[in-house]
Amino acid sequence: MEFLYFGNTGWGDELFFATLMTIAVAITAIFIGFFLAAIFTTFKLSKSKILNFVGNFYTTVFRGVPELLVIYLLFFGGSGAVMYVAKIFGYDGYIEVNAFLTGAISIGIISGAYSTEVFRGAIQSINEGQFEASKVLGLRKKIYYYKIIIPQMLRLALPNISNVWQITLKDTSLISVTGLVEIMRQSYVAAGSTRDPLFFYSFAAVLYLLLTFLSLKLFNKLEKNYSRGF
Amino acid sequence: MELMIESFPRLLNATLLTIKLTLLSLFFGIFVGFFFAILRTSKNKILYYFSYYYSYVFRGTPLLVQIFIIYFGLGQVEWIRESFLWILLKEPYSCAILAFTLNTGAYSSEIFRSAFETINKGVLEAATSLGLNKINIFFKVKLPMAIKQSLPAYGNEMILMLKGTSLASTVTLLDLTGVAKHIISTTFRPIEVFIVAGSIYLLMTFIIHNIIKLLEKRYDYK
Repeated sequence: MEFLYFGNTGWGDELFFATLMTIAVAITAIFIGFFLAAIFTTFKLSKSKILNFVGNFYTTVFRGVPELLVIYLLFFGGSGAVMYVAKIFGYDGYIEVNAFLTGAISIGIISGAYSTEVFRGAIQSINEGQFEASKVLGLRKKIYYYKIIIPQMLRLALPNISNVWQITLKDTSLISVTGLVEIMRQSYVAAGSTRDPLFFYSFAAVLYLLLTFLSLKLFNKLEKNYSRGF
Repeated sequence: MELMIESFPRLLNATLLTIKLTLLSLFFGIFVGFFFAILRTSKNKILYYFSYYYSYVFRGTPLLVQIFIIYFGLGQVEWIRESFLWILLKEPYSCAILAFTLNTGAYSSEIFRSAFETINKGVLEAATSLGLNKINIFFKVKLPMAIKQSLPAYGNEMILMLKGTSLASTVTLLDLTGVAKHIISTTFRPIEVFIVAGSIYLLMTFIIHNIIKLLEKRYDYK
């Protein structure tokens, strides 16, 4: 147990902050995902064949390619792209892109592909009559989307958003390959310096279980809250 | 473009390992999944909770943690190192397969369990009244219906497992992702390598998708 003491003698405080980091990355990633999903859902539902293709391409590629490969692409490609742009502006040195951003963006892109499918499914399962009624009422497109379709969509999508959140939370463990100090990376460091990998990786598993358990509880509460009156 | 052509044979070679890992884990995973799905239907509380928590723990933690516990963690335990298990657990290859099997087993057990649960009671009553014995009911009635029911979800699980095998590269195995990473980190040309390796993965997903579609047609008894 002395492994978990706070302060200089144990890894308690390090693991605590690493857990916060995991939560921070996961939340940033899922919101990047929502943002991308909002764009690509409209692409997928649009009447334009080209936009449809772009939307389908995005969800097919990022749900079909391993997360780790996407992370490597952004990890190695990210700083290269930034340096390329910097070179145009006359800066020739090495630039390292923030590991937090690289991780959150790569997990966010993947999470966005799953969210897109969830949003699309939710919008398509809204009764056709709702769209027709809004049109008959003479509401402008923007208003009926924001006031009628999206609130209903969110309620329908909530159980699946919960699933996407679980996937995103677990995917953050892969960011440890970029050196960002989240639960997995911190456990790796601690396991290396104490030579007790079994303890630290098991403890990491417990931390992840705790996170998934708590978020499941939270989502159940939200679902109850949003399905009042149905 | 040159790099894409140059790296293609190496990546294709690594794909073999990815396929091997996927197929072996799925194969063993089906048995693990069925075993725990059957335990879940048991009336014995201990067996039920054992299966429940097994699937809870393996679905609630990242696959990376599971691999690391098995590969780095178990080797630390004295009695494991002295037992016959050590032959398996000292190799990253068998550790990866063990981790993937346990992981996919947990997800499959949920899929199979819900498939068995959705079988209509009336069908079983009809089978019993036709005089079929328990074994026949299981193999001729329950199993085909459960397979049909679980095919779409199991197809997703197969694709998740294919993607999951990329984590083998974290325990020094040179699978498709491992080799891709190696090429990227030596050439610093991530985009080209990503396109080639990504296309190979997408092709495999596409094949799995179509196999499932074919199977769904075969098990469609309507």
